Amino acid sequence: MAADESYPDDLRYHAGHDWARVEDDVATVGITWYAQDALGEIVHYEPPEEGASLAKDESYGEVESVKAVSEVIAPLSGEVLAVNAKVVAEPETVNEDPYGDGWLVRIRLSDPAEVDALLDVDAYRKLLEEQ
Amino acid sequence: MQTLRRTPLFEHHAALGARLVPFAGWEMPVQYAGIGAEHAAVRTSAGVFDVSHMGQLRIAGEGARDYLQARVSNDLERIGDGGAQYTLLTNDEGGIVDDLIAYRRSADDYLLVVNAANVGGDHAALPETDDVSDEWALLAVQGPEALQRLGIAVEPFTFREDVDVLGVRCLVAGTGYTGERGCELGCAPDDAPRLWEAVLERGIVPCGLGARDTLRLEVCYPLHGNDISPERTPIEAGLGWACALAKDFTGVERLRRLKQEGPAEKLVAFVMEDAGIPRTGMPIEGGGIVTSGTRSPTLGVALGLAYVPAERAEPGTPVTVDLRGRPRRARIVPKPFYKREES
Repeated sequence: MAADESYPDDLRYHAGHDWARVEDDVATVGITWYAQDALGEIVHYEPPEEGASLAKDESYGEVESVKAVSEVIAPLSGEVLAVNAKVVAEPETVNEDPYGDGWLVRIRLSDPAEVDALLDVDAYRKLLEEQ
Repeated sequence: MQTLRRTPLFEHHAALGARLVPFAGWEMPVQYAGIGAEHAAVRTSAGVFDVSHMGQLRIAGEGARDYLQARVSNDLERIGDGGAQYTLLTNDEGGIVDDLIAYRRSADDYLLVVNAANVGGDHAALPETDDVSDEWALLAVQGPEALQRLGIAVEPFTFREDVDVLGVRCLVAGTGYTGERGCELGCAPDDAPRLWEAVLERGIVPCGLGARDTLRLEVCYPLHGNDISPERTPIEAGLGWACALAKDFTGVERLRRLKQEGPAEKLVAFVMEDAGIPRTGMPIEGGGIVTSGTRSPTLGVALGLAYVPAERAEPGTPVTVDLRGRPRRARIVPKPFYKREES
């Protein structure tokens, strides 16, 4: 079942509808409730390879619904430490739990100062209202 | 900016929380609860689609049959009064202008139900017909329980008019685009909201164009504009069965020749073996192109239709699809992907 709309206030957000949970120099990254709802039922996740370098604001993979393909944008730069194998095997996990089991990659930040440029939850909600 | 047209059920779709998208000049529901659930409803019980955007052309009067016979591919002599037939409107090169269903009321009275995007082109190719699209709303009620829930009976590829369906006067046709039993119900636009509400009261699930596409693709029904087009002939598309090459109709000489010589490319069904979902327009390595692709909700695999060189069109042949720069393996399989169990 799809999750109810929510935007946790402990996350940082990117205008491309991605979120990051930052702990020291490691960030867990995924797509927001808004992004998964806009896509519909997600049926495929094309992940980056472990060890790959992600560049902030650039595409690092794809999520696909029955009808549409969407590139996922890196909210921060860094090296891929882990790809969420559960989402590769069961892509609908992103719809069910976008901020929990539905995370997409975990990265080691190459420039932790980039975090300061991300949106907080209030700024992200404001952006959604303007959509 | 072009204004999108709305069916008589637009407000009903919005009230149900449908996601509405532009389609062929209309604002149509692509999904309500979700494509997966809607798809499953049609495969296992019953679903209803608003297809009022589709067009209707009528021709009646002396000579109507001869007029159509000279312009559509299938042989109208094969059906009697109350019969329905899948047929193609072709151009001088045998390309497919549209695919449609012809309903024969009597020997010289026909109703043609055509694709929404092609009403204008079809009417231009059949100037003697009247465009009566505004006189019809159309609901497709599809699934193994569809007819039982409506309390009606209709045989495949037949139709009856002036039938009372849940209190609404309808044309009931044993046709559809999902590969399941069921019907299409034509009624006056003013009656459509009442019919829609009565259908939903029977526990029939509202379904959008998203599920319509995954359902039709599983049974390899071509989508005009994707799998077939004025640049593709029925011989390439595997629709030779809908072409009576013994009669004369627009473009028949080319089609006879293609049938004799064999087409350069054929429309085939394929299943992905590597990860990824094929999409319209993706190239096939060594020649060919994907015309439709999705992840099949029923089968749980990624699949599609593609034109490939005829010498590499046999089921079992491996092909490689270029998924946005990534080569991914697939295999040609027999059509269709899915076939309902005979009951």
